[in-house]
Amino acid sequence: MPAIVKVTDLTKRYNDGFEALKGVNLEIEEGEIIALLGPNGAGKTTLISTICGITMPTSGTITVGGYDTVTKYREARAQIGLVPQELNLEPFETPMRTTRFSRGLFGKPPNDAYLKEVLTELSLGDKLDAGIRTLSGGMKRRVLIAKALSHEPRVLFLDEPTAGVDVELRKEMWAVVDKLRANGTTIILTTHYIEEAEAIADRIAVINKGEILLVERKDELMRQMGQKVLRIELTAPIAEIPEALAAYGLSLGEDGCMLDYTYDVTGERTGITRLLGDLAGAGLKMRDLHTKQSSLEEIFVGLVKEGA
Amino acid sequence: MNFGAIRAIFLYEMARFFRTLTQSLISPVISTSLYFVVFGAAIGSRIDEVEGVSYGAFIVPGLIMLSVMTQATSNASFGIYFPKFIGTIYEHLSAPVNFIEITIGYVGAAATKSLIIGVIILVTAGFFVDLQIAHPVAMVAFLLLTCISFALLGFIIGIWAGNFEQLQLIPLLVITPLVFLGGSFYSITMLPPAWQVVTLFNPVVYLISGFRWAFFGTADVPVAISLIAITVFTGLCLAAIWWIFKTGWRLRQ
Ligand SMILES: Nc1ncnc2c1ncn2[C@@H]1O[C@H](COP(=O)(O)OP(=O)(O)O)[C@@H](O)[C@H]1O
Ligand SMILES: [Mg+2]
Repeated sequence: MPAIVKVTDLTKRYNDGFEALKGVNLEIEEGEIIALLGPNGAGKTTLISTICGITMPTSGTITVGGYDTVTKYREARAQIGLVPQELNLEPFETPMRTTRFSRGLFGKPPNDAYLKEVLTELSLGDKLDAGIRTLSGGMKRRVLIAKALSHEPRVLFLDEPTAGVDVELRKEMWAVVDKLRANGTTIILTTHYIEEAEAIADRIAVINKGEILLVERKDELMRQMGQKVLRIELTAPIAEIPEALAAYGLSLGEDGCMLDYTYDVTGERTGITRLLGDLAGAGLKMRDLHTKQSSLEEIFVGLVKEGA
Repeated sequence: MNFGAIRAIFLYEMARFFRTLTQSLISPVISTSLYFVVFGAAIGSRIDEVEGVSYGAFIVPGLIMLSVMTQATSNASFGIYFPKFIGTIYEHLSAPVNFIEITIGYVGAAATKSLIIGVIILVTAGFFVDLQIAHPVAMVAFLLLTCISFALLGFIIGIWAGNFEQLQLIPLLVITPLVFLGGSFYSITMLPPAWQVVTLFNPVVYLISGFRWAFFGTADVPVAISLIAITVFTGLCLAAIWWIFKTGWRLRQ
């Protein structure tokens, strides 16, 4: 299936000369939820803004639904709904009026029945004509989602939908995202919370300093997280791994004293007992043993540090 | 052309106007009435006629122009500045619309609002003085062109402005003085010769003169020059807007 959003060699240099995106490549499949995970200032908002047309790319290309976002901006943007990071809303408008405006801006014929349905789905059914200034932060975020959905987009961008929000509201937002996905909407959300990416994404793209460091299916990442490493310190260095131990997929540290064995904790047997037996059989003497577990957090921190 | 978007922007802006209908309309009506009391009654009692027209009637075209120019400018500048200020401009930038559609939406709404106000002032004035309109078609044309061109100017100011002070700056420092010195309340032939020459550098003089000609058939400057002046002004505003959107100046990085 062709990607619904395709970003190729995208760079973005702001007017002040700052390069916020340094050659980003990303393909997003229809119907998936992908989380752009990265610390503040990583370039998440810049990436989304450039895809949606709020800023212009410096170089590279972006297509949405096969349409170039610069040369075919009308077709491309018609498929996109954007929920911005800030709660940008006119305080004296109402949810109904403001979603009506959004739909009109996209050139769609008026359809109040649909807008009511969307607002009601987002638990704003009793706030259709309430002043936006009287709504809570969580409700305002949902009004923004309704505005983004008002023109029936295929792709929805959510920029930090739960930043600075308490646990309760975060769970509520995740439920909303789940519902949207059930309708077949492709969702790209940015976050700097690892748990959030873990909770709702199908795939996770880690971004830092304007570069995508990794794009991986979440279950694949989880599988890696389910793995543990057994580190074996030898009393004397060896030049290479003995033939008898080839089947274990060991990796040898630079100094020749360190052997790493990766195993799956979820598996029925870890193979550790057999490995230790075979080590002795190969004539290797151990000084020490320890295990460590990798977590998404660790992978993330590791990646972000490497980039620093 | 995304006509739906033009319609959405236009209706949204007009809705704002009609929600505050009382203050949108009452204030021009009151200020016009005050002008009539001050200029028409107090000063008019000492000035019989200007160029064969009673002073009270003579100031009507200038009064309309004064309100129309300031209203068109402030409405259009506020209309586009407000989304920038509260951040909702992201919607315009990420929607399938181009600069022509955005401009038509905001400028069209501001021009319509100022036109409504102009007509209301005209009607109000009709209660105070006898008005005859010698050239109705020209009157409508001048009024429309003024509404549109000053709405365009306001739109540019709204895009340029980085804060509320700047938003008020040009209307306050440039437009209001030019309009007051542009012969709203007097004929420039009443000025000493040296000042008459200076006044000719004020573009508003041409608009008010042409507009007054449409009412009374007398003008300070030839009507053709008035028409050329307003057309050139409109053209300059359009060119500036075209350049702004082409370069993304102050809107899109
Ligand atoms: N308009 C701008 N002009 C200059 N630099 C900017 C602008 N917007 C963002 N940046 C810079 O680009 C980097 C990425 O910002 P952003 O995309 O907002 O990050 P994130 O959303 O991941 O927190 C930051 O260093 C930020 O300071
Ligand atoms: Mg951001």
